[in-house]
Amino acid sequence: MKKYWKSIDELRDTPEIQKLKENEFAELLPVHSVIENQAENGIASSRRDFLKLMGFSLSAAALSACEAPVVKSIPYLVKPEEIIPGVANWYASNYFDGTDYCPILIKTREGRPIKIEGNKDSKITGGAINARVQASLLSLYDTGRYKEPLKNGQPATWDECDREIAEKLSSISARGGNIRIVTSSLASPSAKKIIGEFIQRYSVQQAGDELTAGAEPDSAAAAMTQKFPANNVKHIVYDAVSCSAIIRANEKFFGKTVIPSYRFDKAETIVSIGADFLANWISSIEYAQQYGKNKRQIKHFQYEAALTLTGCNADARIPVKPSQYGNILLGIYNIIAKETGAPVLSVNPVEFSGKIEKSAMSLLGSKGKSLVVCGTNNIAHQIITNAINQLLGNYGNTIDLNNPDLTRQNDDSSMQEFITELKNGKIDAALFWNVNPVYSHPDGKDIENGLKNTGLTVSFALSPDETSSAIQYVCPDNHFLESWNDASPKPAHYGLCQPVISPLYKTRQFQESFLKWMGSNSDYYSYIRNYWKENIFPQQNKTVLFETFWKKALHDGIVEPESLILSNTALPVVETNNVLVEESVGKISGASEKSGRFEIVFYQKTATGNGSHANNPWLQELPDPVSKVCWDNYLTMSPKQMEELGLNMRQGQEEVADVVELTVSGNKVRVPVFPLPGQTYGTVGLAVGYGRTVSGKVGKGIGVNAYPLLRLEDGAMQYESADASVSVSVGKYNLASTQVHHTMMGRNIVRETTLEEYSKNPKAGNEETVIAMHGGEKLPPALVNMWKDHEKNDQWWNLSIDLSACIGCGACTISCQVENNLPVVGKDEINRSRDMQWLRIDRYFSSDEKDGDLDKMEIPSDAENLQVSFQPVMCQHCNHAPCETVCPVAATTHSTDGLNMMAYNRCVGTRYCANNCPYKVRRFNWFEYDKYSKFKDINPAQDDMGRMTLNPDVVVRSRGVMEKCTMCYQRIQDGKLKAKREGRPLKDGEIATACEAVCPTHAITFGNALDESSRVAKLKPDDRKYTLLDELDTQPSVFYLTKVRNV
Amino acid sequence: MFHESSIREPLILGEKDYRQITEDVISPVEKKPTTFWWIAISITGTAALWGILCICYTVGVGIGTWGLNRTVGWAWDITNFVWWIGIGHAGTLISAVLLLFRSRWRMGINRSAEAMTIFAVMMAGLFPIIHMGRVWLAYWTLPLPNYLGSLWVNINSPLFWDVCAISTYFTVSLVFWYLGLIPDFGTVRDRAKIAGAKIRYRAYHILSFGWSGRVKDWIRHEEVSLVLAGLSTPLVFSVHSIVSMDFATSVVPGWHTTIFPPYFVLGALFSGFAMVLTLTIIMRKVMNLKEYITVKHIEYMNLICLLTGSLVGTAYLTELFISWYSGVEYEQYAFINRATGPYWWAYACMMTCNVISPQLFWFKKIRRSIPLAFFLSIIINIGMWFERFVIIVTSIHREYIPSMWTMFHPTFVDVGIYVGTIGIFFTLFLLFAKFFPGIAQSELKTILKISGEKYKQNGVHH
Repeated sequence: MKKYWKSIDELRDTPEIQKLKENEFAELLPVHSVIENQAENGIASSRRDFLKLMGFSLSAAALSACEAPVVKSIPYLVKPEEIIPGVANWYASNYFDGTDYCPILIKTREGRPIKIEGNKDSKITGGAINARVQASLLSLYDTGRYKEPLKNGQPATWDECDREIAEKLSSISARGGNIRIVTSSLASPSAKKIIGEFIQRYSVQQAGDELTAGAEPDSAAAAMTQKFPANNVKHIVYDAVSCSAIIRANEKFFGKTVIPSYRFDKAETIVSIGADFLANWISSIEYAQQYGKNKRQIKHFQYEAALTLTGCNADARIPVKPSQYGNILLGIYNIIAKETGAPVLSVNPVEFSGKIEKSAMSLLGSKGKSLVVCGTNNIAHQIITNAINQLLGNYGNTIDLNNPDLTRQNDDSSMQEFITELKNGKIDAALFWNVNPVYSHPDGKDIENGLKNTGLTVSFALSPDETSSAIQYVCPDNHFLESWNDASPKPAHYGLCQPVISPLYKTRQFQESFLKWMGSNSDYYSYIRNYWKENIFPQQNKTVLFETFWKKALHDGIVEPESLILSNTALPVVETNNVLVEESVGKISGASEKSGRFEIVFYQKTATGNGSHANNPWLQELPDPVSKVCWDNYLTMSPKQMEELGLNMRQGQEEVADVVELTVSGNKVRVPVFPLPGQTYGTVGLAVGYGRTVSGKVGKGIGVNAYPLLRLEDGAMQYESADASVSVSVGKYNLASTQVHHTMMGRNIVRETTLEEYSKNPKAGNEETVIAMHGGEKLPPALVNMWKDHEKNDQWWNLSIDLSACIGCGACTISCQVENNLPVVGKDEINRSRDMQWLRIDRYFSSDEKDGDLDKMEIPSDAENLQVSFQPVMCQHCNHAPCETVCPVAATTHSTDGLNMMAYNRCVGTRYCANNCPYKVRRFNWFEYDKYSKFKDINPAQDDMGRMTLNPDVVVRSRGVMEKCTMCYQRIQDGKLKAKREGRPLKDGEIATACEAVCPTHAITFGNALDESSRVAKLKPDDRKYTLLDELDTQPSVFYLTKVRNV
Repeated sequence: MFHESSIREPLILGEKDYRQITEDVISPVEKKPTTFWWIAISITGTAALWGILCICYTVGVGIGTWGLNRTVGWAWDITNFVWWIGIGHAGTLISAVLLLFRSRWRMGINRSAEAMTIFAVMMAGLFPIIHMGRVWLAYWTLPLPNYLGSLWVNINSPLFWDVCAISTYFTVSLVFWYLGLIPDFGTVRDRAKIAGAKIRYRAYHILSFGWSGRVKDWIRHEEVSLVLAGLSTPLVFSVHSIVSMDFATSVVPGWHTTIFPPYFVLGALFSGFAMVLTLTIIMRKVMNLKEYITVKHIEYMNLICLLTGSLVGTAYLTELFISWYSGVEYEQYAFINRATGPYWWAYACMMTCNVISPQLFWFKKIRRSIPLAFFLSIIINIGMWFERFVIIVTSIHREYIPSMWTMFHPTFVDVGIYVGTIGIFFTLFLLFAKFFPGIAQSELKTILKISGEKYKQNGVHH
């Protein structure tokens, strides 16, 4: 046997070594020797020693108690197989709330969902997502949710509710009573089938019959078109913000009751009349993603009254009155008809300084590659829009009727019918899912009263709302993250939704409740599986086994059998077109301006939408991309008009907005007025989705409810009115805004050029910055600095932001908020300019004064040539960082991979770094946001449920500490570790910052600039590249690409 | 013996002899405080208490109780800091620089000026501490050895320079002041012994450090005074220069200015003399020291105010010129915004109080009028506060990126703390005036025969 030895002594086995070997440890700790020696010498530890020791340990204990509170953590006793603590699991699912459809990926940590991002495999959205879908995560952990079923407002058991509801339904059905199921638009084919079966079950002709499974094989499609044989049980599809006119127009025009799929990515010219398609119109996530694909090639005209996000991005935006929309459409139609040889209509021509001609000629110039959309819910408008698109040959190219959008099926007239019946007491049972008509319908009061006299009322609301609080049985639905579900946003596009957490409360999916009440024994999981096996599995031929197919569907979240996607071929010209068009001309000519009245448009804010998310503090605090106001709605008005009415235009912390009384068709509300450049003179705008009276602790009582001001016309809900009046100031109200200065003051901050200039000179608008030296020579800033450069080793993280692609939607801001545990601070703090968002989107209005008069430069343009620029700004990670030098305790330093780091636990909070930051991206923790009572109701981190959204990889900062963008360092670290574990170099695109990961238009690119093959390294030499405030030579790691407008 | 021209006004009025000076200066310490003193201290004490409560509120809840925001990270806190530290400078100038220059008129006012310095520096030092988000970690700004070798202060940071400058300044000023007090404490002690006031004797016995009044004591006293005066002299210039570098080394337009060190030092002396004027005018009235703090003293100080005020005015104009001359749009805008932006009133206030008002001192009648001097000294103090406010707030509230432009609105806590420091300052000063000899009587006695009215008149008769 081989012998190993440690030293020569050991080899020789000297006596010293032998002695040492007796003890396991070569040397005793000195403490022992002291005690032993004392014992040997007969001296025991003295009282003094004891006191000394006790004093020391006591003070040590006391000192250690000063900080680091004890927090109990409980380990898994039996670890679930799929959970590795510290490692995130991602699950694919789908989101549909009646307005936004989005295939998503859900990040879970230790079994709790903490972030939602887009699914890049989807052919519809391609990974795009918006703020609302991301923020829907928080509603899962909303402590205000219904925690159990309620009967007349009192807690009840599911058994009790099931029994009573089923009994009541049967008795109503037996006597032929009217049952109405009111839902929002449904995307789920299996849910549609269940509703179909439910209708059959309780319809008079089949009452009492036993339900046989699969009795109606294609009831889903039938439910969609709502052509049920039953007359006493009806499914009414009701959307708070309706687009039923498009469906009706297509029905009349093409005989198809659908909304087509629009292809903004194939269009070269887009003309939008009042359609906010980037933020709120139909499938806006899909459109935003398409729009971003070739933004620079698009020529986009926008005719609208209130400035929308889409209008901000338009190449030419023409402020018009809503009453002129129809005439503009007719004007465009006539020019195109003249050129294409179609019959010209006899109408009064409208004139917008040649803009209509320009748009029409541009449309004609890209026939078949153009798109005209109209955002009004007016059938006549939609028919003319269809006619224009048909003349341009857009059907089959940019508009796809063969693969329609199935996410909207609402019909305003059937809802109206329901309300009439309800008022007349003809309804015996009403069931509501994902709708809140008491709040969102102008006749909400009538509905509320009618419900009181209805025999059976059931709501499936997730959390209390105006409708569910007027209802007998509340059978709370699961949150979508706790639910099985499916979706079919388009034919041959299927999405499967899976629960990522077991239900937090005693709630039950509404589909399952329906199954229960029909007496079915199957649970919804088996039902949906069965449905997929019977209906969707046969549509594909890639997998043979259903099990494999199912698992893949669960893994991918989407199934898109390509073979089944119909070709988008042109439809034959419909003969009756001209009659329809003539008819519409009559209707349009009838609507005219009323002198002396204001015209009003009702719109949805990009963050809060139709109001169903009102209780979400993340969305309430996401500044509106256009006005930058949060936590309120307000009347938008042209600054010129405000001046005439003597209303306050300079709004800030102490300068409060004026409140006026707005009257629309006899209904009055009091609302603050906000000056919005770009708002057409003579018009005002008001966002719906505010003024909730029953909501959680966050959403209640914010803003005013605009829904009661709406009215129905021609069977469709109208979001414009020409009959509004505005009083003089009747009070004061504080509006909180994250940005109170609106122009760039002639500074070179957002660099921009026109496509024309750019094609001549790619450096147009991005002239090199030089510094004039004393000798007269002009040098680039980098040659004039006195700094030593930081060493760069393997990585130098850079972030590129393409200002041409950015649409300013704010998805990145919310993503950053969720990823980095940013607090919600509430209206009062926003009002004090203490927003905590690390990534803000600066919005600048152009000013008519180009250079010179500074006072005038402060005033945004109020004319037709108003231009809007968006600029996302986060920490620029300067390589010559002004913040790093001034920190007295070196809490902010530079990392070896080129980032500016912030050591929170070293920070003492002098705020010098923030003062010295030219970009103003540093955020100070003014309070203990997760504990201080002021934020109790608004900051989700204050309650135990809300804390579940916190990202465990990111620390929650304490008060008195500076914080800022870290370029998602936790993600960088995660990616680095993964590569290291797998023993390979990092791949470009493997690490994505939270903002990059969600950007619908791919405006943000992150990567290692030292890796020559990376996307960011390739963007760096681009002629459009510039760094913000480069004259200071801070050498940021974030760079921008010039905005190119196609003017 | 020095000789002073008989044309010069006497610095000690009335029929004074050594005994009389001792009596005049020391007796207020021995007597019960006057009613006026009680009224004054109850007012200042209330303000002080209010300020302390506001500080407690800030520390307990967070800096959010102030009016600051993401753009304006410093406002009243640092304004007050610079204001107070500036005020302190006059004391050092009087006691150190004027000592070196052997200006005799300083003797009537140096004691109170030095006390003012100590208290002002205390008030100034308070702000950088409480303005920290985590006050309880303020000691991290000190270069303390620790077991993490790499954890050290950032030597590059002007805030660290501040820490060094202010702590040095405070220490030297305190020692210097106390040194001057020792012989006078000895006098109080000795008189207490004769009067049989035991407690007073004990207290002043300790305070006087066993002063014996022997020649050897005096020699050493004089020597140390001189050394400390030599040490203090550069501090007069260095401390405020360093404070100004908080701003001058930054990238903020309006802060990033090389003129700042001399400009700040001049401003500091200007405001400091204004505060000495305020205090001594009150003291000569309240403590009945009109014969020691004469109109001539007031006139001298007014002349210094005129000089420094004019120099500060020149600095303002230079700043304006340079911003235009630089050709940098941000720099130019910073000054246009100061003068015409939303804070124009602060700028106008600064200009009126600091540049125009001291020009009135060209008129002899005005500079020798006690009520007018008092009024103008207050005006100058207000103006100098606004100067700091203008520099700090109006520069950062509208910096490079217009989207981040905001306004600053103070809260009651901001105001409370400021008023509180004024309260604490005056409370300390009143306590000083009651318990400490308010005039350096031992020093003053050295000029009695040179500059005393009685002796001067005698000289004329001879």
